[in-house]
Amino acid sequence: MKLLSVAIAIAVGAIGPALGIGMIGSKAVEALGRNPEAESAIRTTMILALAFAEAVAIYALVIALILKFA
Amino acid sequence: MPHISIKAEKIFELLGVGVTNSMIASFIVFLLTVFIVLYYKHQSTLNRKGNFYYLIKFFVKSIYDLFYSVLGDKTSVFFPLLFAFFFYILLENWFGLLPGVGSLLIKVKEGHEEVFVPLLRGNNADLNTTLALAIISVFSIQFFSIKYLGIKKYLHKFFNFSDPIMFFVGILDILSEFSKILSFAFRLFGNIFAGEVLLIIVAFLVPVLASFPFIALEIFVGFVQALVFSMLTAVFLSNAVVEHH
Repeated sequence: MKLLSVAIAIAVGAIGPALGIGMIGSKAVEALGRNPEAESAIRTTMILALAFAEAVAIYALVIALILKFA
Repeated sequence: MPHISIKAEKIFELLGVGVTNSMIASFIVFLLTVFIVLYYKHQSTLNRKGNFYYLIKFFVKSIYDLFYSVLGDKTSVFFPLLFAFFFYILLENWFGLLPGVGSLLIKVKEGHEEVFVPLLRGNNADLNTTLALAIISVFSIQFFSIKYLGIKKYLHKFFNFSDPIMFFVGILDILSEFSKILSFAFRLFGNIFAGEVLLIIVAFLVPVLASFPFIALEIFVGFVQALVFSMLTAVFLSNAVVEHH
């Protein structure tokens, strides 16, 4: 039962961030296509937004690891 | 099943305080950082500088240009703190990938039984370290904010009595500062600890060659997490030292 909860925690917890990161990437590439001169600003903002979105997936992973190993 | 635990294991006692394996690793990385920094300083005073000096200088200059786009003119004030975060977290992340870290075991008495625990462990895989770094980061943001804005405007940011909505926004700002501490700590801890668990499991399943792309991934993730930590601190600093509205 515990193993099932670990699996569900990380599986469901990674859906949202995956969609979010895909959207961030696609919007960043689209903005780059419209305005190729702002490449450095777009890249910095994209990395920043990526870190925030990925952190949510990491929260879910930490809960799953705590459930499994403690 | 290999030995994975979230807590760092205590190796020996020193003056009544337990010393864990991640503290030993962080001591080694600390000595390495201090050595690199002092050697760079010594080489900058010579007439004919070696290759090491130019390599580190190129590295520092690229990171400085990256922060310049975020912070603007105030970069030289905040750059020591930000680069210290970046360099220390980078070396700590990469230290956990060296051969011997996590695999050399030592026999330790835990409670009533004797178990084998790893002698060294990457320091960022321990929640204590990342929590400490997060608290340092958020408190230094508050400190610089008070220094640049003055204490009245700083308090006015959080306790805003002009109308009820702004008061609520101020309370939410206080909560968001605390959530920044948790978010910094868990982001760094989760990335590095999950990477360590992944490497252990992959080495356990396929002992021969399958670890190589995962170690490459961990090198990349270590670099990105150090960059993200210092970049987020820079962004929060640049928001905190200007008045908004």
